[in-house]
Amino acid sequence: MQADRGGRIFLVVLLATAVLAPVFNLLVPEASALHLSGYTVTLLAKYMTYAMLAIAVDLIWGYCGILSLGHGAFFALGGYAMGMYLMRQIGTRGVYGDPVLPDFMVFLNWKELPWFWYGFNHFAFAALMIVLVPGLLALVFGFLAFRSRVSGVYLSIITQALTYALMLAFFRNDMGFGGNNGFTDFKDILGFGLQAPRTRTVLFLCTVVALGGSYLLCRYIVASRAGRVIAAVRDAESRARFIGYRVESYKLWVFVFSAILAGIAGALYVPQIGIINPGEFSPANSIEIVIWVAIGGRGTLYGAVVGAVLVNYAKTYFTAALPSAWLYALGALFVLVPLFLPRGVVGAVHQLSSKQVRPTPRQVPQE
Amino acid sequence: MIRAVMGRFSGRSHSARPPRVGALLEADRIEAGPDSSRGIILYLEDITVSFDGFRALNALTLYIEVGELRCIIGPNGAGKTTMMDVITGKTRPDTGSAWFGQTIDLLALNEPEIAQAGIGRKFQKPTVFEHHTVFENLELAMAGAKTVWKWLYARTTPAELEHIEQVLETVRLTERRDARAGALSHGQKQWLEIGMLLIQEPQLLLVDEPVAGMTPQEVERTAELLTSLAGRHSVIVVEHDMEFVRSIARRVTVLHEGGVLAEGSIDEVQANTRVREVYLGV
Repeated sequence: MQADRGGRIFLVVLLATAVLAPVFNLLVPEASALHLSGYTVTLLAKYMTYAMLAIAVDLIWGYCGILSLGHGAFFALGGYAMGMYLMRQIGTRGVYGDPVLPDFMVFLNWKELPWFWYGFNHFAFAALMIVLVPGLLALVFGFLAFRSRVSGVYLSIITQALTYALMLAFFRNDMGFGGNNGFTDFKDILGFGLQAPRTRTVLFLCTVVALGGSYLLCRYIVASRAGRVIAAVRDAESRARFIGYRVESYKLWVFVFSAILAGIAGALYVPQIGIINPGEFSPANSIEIVIWVAIGGRGTLYGAVVGAVLVNYAKTYFTAALPSAWLYALGALFVLVPLFLPRGVVGAVHQLSSKQVRPTPRQVPQE
Repeated sequence: MIRAVMGRFSGRSHSARPPRVGALLEADRIEAGPDSSRGIILYLEDITVSFDGFRALNALTLYIEVGELRCIIGPNGAGKTTMMDVITGKTRPDTGSAWFGQTIDLLALNEPEIAQAGIGRKFQKPTVFEHHTVFENLELAMAGAKTVWKWLYARTTPAELEHIEQVLETVRLTERRDARAGALSHGQKQWLEIGMLLIQEPQLLLVDEPVAGMTPQEVERTAELLTSLAGRHSVIVVEHDMEFVRSIARRVTVLHEGGVLAEGSIDEVQANTRVREVYLGV
């Protein structure tokens, strides 16, 4: 019940944002105090892609008990797939003006396009890869890990190793993904200029739809019978196995789905932020996602959104006002939140409101 | 060595099973459930399990009849839990054979397959899903193909609902239907877990120390419950509490050092001098 109420509030706020942000950005004149700058709209979009990523992590961590410390890798892979499409769209407008090769390849003296860049000039192909690449990696990785019954902290460590390995690989120039510079200087998407306010509004709305859609899909999953099985796996894995569930396939399925969501979030992030580089694979990024979810309150889905937005807003503020303090603040949050708000911000709010409504706790046995 | 070989031969001739057909039919046979036409639901023959040189089970041979309520007793380390582990596929024996009815080779199946074939196990510690309601616990436990895709859009059918209500009635938890399982008393949790096994309509139920930590009323209720199950299901109960065993058992098997020490009615077993020495005479 409570979960539904929080979720409804989230959807209403999301809808309001979807309507108000473009209105105040496009229709209110710039001179007005109510005008919302393009920068702010982009910032909101960025928070929303992060919120989507947080929902993906909450689905596997909060509901299935899989603590992935490498989910940033799926986000980055989705982002890279989108980035490859955007790079191919630049065409002759690049610094070197090569119609086929992106600038960094010309710079490296490459003569032809590597095979894995084929097809990325088509948006549909790129869209397919945005889903397929993170999904397949999660499928193979999850299949091996879950089949060997790797779980708990060991799984967390190997997910961390996975994203670290990918970061090192993507840093290499000869991988063909732009080395440490990654991709940037994008010009347009599907023929629409990326700097145009209208394009940005459409991308913003796409992000809103993706976030709302991911929330509703995840909500559907956790409320289904499969969702109850997933939670049962989290609480008593061997019991679920004895009852006759193939625990591995449930875990694998959720893990792959979550990775795909993360990939789509990454793909929405890149055209709006305008850059993707191997830093997105850094293990610290993936840990930060888990902190968002923990702070927001895991196992609620909307809590993950609250956490992602709160922490990133704080990050935006701190890194502008007190750049050196941010990491300390983040570290302090990571220590203090589990101590004082074990169920996150959402859990604390829930507790406060239920205390006012019902003075007697529900846990009192009936007999 | 010779004993082991002899045991195997005598076991074979006793049970007179047809030879195993190709593994292709395995899935069908699991689906069909055990063929217990010869009146025996479980054959354990010559099972040996060693852990780092310690023999937890030593050429254990045991037969359980259809509809029987069998109590297994024995001191700590006698191999009771290991025996359960072998039956449910958690532990693979070094030697020996385990058959469920005439046709299902338990040693060829993994844990979920064995559960699906119709063997339910109740653990010593009550392990229900604490964050789910009593109703959801039973729903989770319900028999049927449990694939992700089906479960994603599956709705509880009226027939399933009725089945759940019926089991709730049997284990006397109808009133706690919507309570979180974590909020149940210890005894209620144990019954819920038994209910979770019953709803799968198993041919064979393994129950590990069901009354440990229960109040006398709960013990009495559990005894009623288990005896009411016999006949419809075959039940194996592992228990330390002799009073409780006396109140339910028709047939008792005493395990000692991984093998069968004695078998018979509770009075016969209690009169057995070897049994008195190793177990009861404490």
